[in-house]
Amino acid sequence: MLLEPTVDGLWCEAGGFHVDPWRPVPLAVVTHAHADHATPGCGRYLASERTLDVMRVRFSKDLEGTPVDWGTPIELGQCRVSLHPAGHVLGSAQIRIECDAEVLCVTGDYKREADPTAEPFEVVPCDTLLTESTFGLPIYRWPDPSTVFERMNAWWRENAAAGRTTVFLSYAFGKAQRILAGLDASIGPIGVHGSLVGPNSVYTRAGIRLPDVLRADADSAATLAGGGAIVCPPSATGTPWIRRFNGPEGARMGFVSGWMQVRGRRRWRAVDRGFILSDHADWDGLISTVRASGARRVGVTHGSSEVLARYLQEKLELETFVVPTRYVGESPPTSAAPPEASTDEGVPDREREE
Amino acid sequence: MRRFTDLYLALDGTNSTAEKTAMLVDYFHSAPDADAAWVVAFLTGNRPKGTGATGLLRDLCLRHTGHPAWLFDECRSAVGDLSETVALLLPPPDTATDEPLHVVMRARVLALIGVDAEAKERIITEAWTVLDAESRLVYHKLVRGGFRVGVQRKTVAKALAKVAGVDLDLVVHRLTGRFRPTAADFRRLLDPPSPDEHLDRPYPFFLANGLEGEVESLGPPTDWVAEEKWDGIRAQLIVRNDSIRLWSRGEESIGPMFPELVAAAQLPPGTVLDGEVLIWGEHGPRSFFELQRRLNRRVAPAPQLSLFGEESARFIAYDLLESDGIDRRPEPFESRRSRLERLLAQRTADVIGISPLVPFADWSELAAIRNGCAGRGTEGLMLKRRESIYGVGRTRGEDGWIKWKVDPFTLDAVLIGAQPGSGRRANLHTDCTFAVWDRREEPACLVTFAKAYSGLDQAEIESLDRWIRTNTVARRGPFREVRPEQVFELAFEGIQRSTRHRSGLAVRFPRILRWRKDKPADEADDLETLAGLLPASGT
Ligand SMILES: [Zn+2]
Repeated sequence: MLLEPTVDGLWCEAGGFHVDPWRPVPLAVVTHAHADHATPGCGRYLASERTLDVMRVRFSKDLEGTPVDWGTPIELGQCRVSLHPAGHVLGSAQIRIECDAEVLCVTGDYKREADPTAEPFEVVPCDTLLTESTFGLPIYRWPDPSTVFERMNAWWRENAAAGRTTVFLSYAFGKAQRILAGLDASIGPIGVHGSLVGPNSVYTRAGIRLPDVLRADADSAATLAGGGAIVCPPSATGTPWIRRFNGPEGARMGFVSGWMQVRGRRRWRAVDRGFILSDHADWDGLISTVRASGARRVGVTHGSSEVLARYLQEKLELETFVVPTRYVGESPPTSAAPPEASTDEGVPDREREE
Repeated sequence: MRRFTDLYLALDGTNSTAEKTAMLVDYFHSAPDADAAWVVAFLTGNRPKGTGATGLLRDLCLRHTGHPAWLFDECRSAVGDLSETVALLLPPPDTATDEPLHVVMRARVLALIGVDAEAKERIITEAWTVLDAESRLVYHKLVRGGFRVGVQRKTVAKALAKVAGVDLDLVVHRLTGRFRPTAADFRRLLDPPSPDEHLDRPYPFFLANGLEGEVESLGPPTDWVAEEKWDGIRAQLIVRNDSIRLWSRGEESIGPMFPELVAAAQLPPGTVLDGEVLIWGEHGPRSFFELQRRLNRRVAPAPQLSLFGEESARFIAYDLLESDGIDRRPEPFESRRSRLERLLAQRTADVIGISPLVPFADWSELAAIRNGCAGRGTEGLMLKRRESIYGVGRTRGEDGWIKWKVDPFTLDAVLIGAQPGSGRRANLHTDCTFAVWDRREEPACLVTFAKAYSGLDQAEIESLDRWIRTNTVARRGPFREVRPEQVFELAFEGIQRSTRHRSGLAVRFPRILRWRKDKPADEADDLETLAGLLPASGT
């Protein structure tokens, strides 16, 4: 196969590069700038221009990277490599690798719904498809995002009227900007956690319209408390930082993630409201993408890999295999500390540890 | 139905009692009486039993979605709840119609009872075509009879009292016994009070606090009296006009389960006693298990003492709340006590007895008495201040009654398996099964004796969950058998023989005290130690 799993990540022998390595390597082709796909410290990066922009604000502005235009192949060793939008977050790409008339496509993370803050997903015909499977169970079926935004705004309006600050918990890059773009700024002031500032600037420079926001800090606290909405990462819950924005009637926490589809998860997070909004494909999105690619061999990674692989094998009669992620192969954690939120949806994926 | 679905999801989504009350007030105000009646029934434990269609839900869902059974089971394990799994898997309906809850109950839930599988399938399939995705979740719960939402009876009563503008006590009382989910019954809950409605009502129970700190901190021992802490059912025996009633603290009429007590309670009208219902054996009070057995018996046997042999029920009175139709609660304890003693002194039958005072000279003597309570079949001691009035609910300990229980039994046990909890712990293996060593045979084997759920903090729960997942040796449905390696210190309140567990013993209120990571499994306790904790009279 064109890509082989190694201790550093997926390695392309014919092209002399790694795809989304999880340890520093000389040459990395990166699907997108989320921490579980982009690792700092590599010699050189090939990625979409936006992905490199975000990596520069998040890792180092001196990062050695070459932007690759959408759909324009470059030669790497014996391979022709091109990037195609994945619709996951701004700049997110699928990586198409062609070598000796064989075509392999790595989807990275992707979604199929329209999102004004990400380039729309493009189907890449291929022989072998490596697909993610974060939500690879048929219980995941996303509601129309516009309905979700209506609910989020209605909840904010209700909280503001009652003197309660509204807090949306979400990953700082990607989901957060999608939320900002969907909020109705006429309801009240919007504050953002410091970790959103860098990614926001990349979005604005890319011409994506985001509402005016305040950096949520001591200076803006009085403005935001009560009627405002704050977008911040889940790690901010329970900290003194978030408490300073409490309105006269406190604050309400809303968690924005695909995991909120399941009620138990909602309660387990101890949040007031869950909003089902994901930057990953739901079950139907995964299946229709596999079909549309025309691939005969499908590798499944990142999530419910075994389940989706078995389903594709039995129902679509495809040759399937499971692609290891960095979490497999290591011994499972035995300490009392819960694992870090390992996906960009913010909830640790327990099933993966099995 | 949609309004009820919203109410269910909202109640389910908050932990605040104040918010739950407000949601219920809102619902009772706006919903049709016939729907509100069902909500009262659900939330006060009067929900209908299962319709026997649970197994059908999975099969029908498989047929509707075309998914293989293994995929359904994967989903079920990720969701942790069958009703929700089926609701999430079904394709959304083309058009949902909003039928009132009572119509759904009649035509789509109760209609399932007593019909054949084919009819059941037809009814459920049709329900799916009219209900939206979230209402289907609630519908499945109604079909399964497992409808549970964290709302206390008291919260329901509070909301109803607010809607009706009547006293909370009145509503609490109206909710006692069996509530029939009809519009008329619901309206009766909201009626203005009628003059003789108080006649069969108990007084609010006065509750005890646990002892905090050292017993010496209570001051001079002469200010206090001590009694046994009985391990029975707290109840008020109410004799008014021609009727005799027995109300448990759970606000249930338990008279029908204890006909021999009602028959023996020939007291002057206008008498209300507070006390404890116990099953009495040859050597004194029997364990709470015996009482439970009695309570679970649907129809009580005829009131003939001989039927129960030596094991008859007794009412042990420890307070007098009303005599000659006069409320005596504002009198000091000593005065109520002497009225009680005078009242019962004329009686010879000991079915209605009196809780004797435990004499003591100083606190250290009392402590020694408390330590011997296991042999007397009680849980410890009750301390009552001589001049205290009979209050309402729980007040500050030093003003009223104090429980001075003996420390619970503890034991080191081996975790042998677990399954996911429900609700917010649906994804975590929190329902743990524990065993001790049976060393009567070689090699020693582990025998189960308890299931325990609580006691670990969130980090430990998650850590244990991970350990369970990576150390599973066998799976039976959601249950995972694990390597018998982890030792936990368990606490429990009592022990008795039982066929429920392989050890032949069962313990009461088992809970996890701590995870003994320091202890290897072969050093956990054995069956002999556990059996040694059996009370002498419990064999
Ligand atoms: Zn991602």
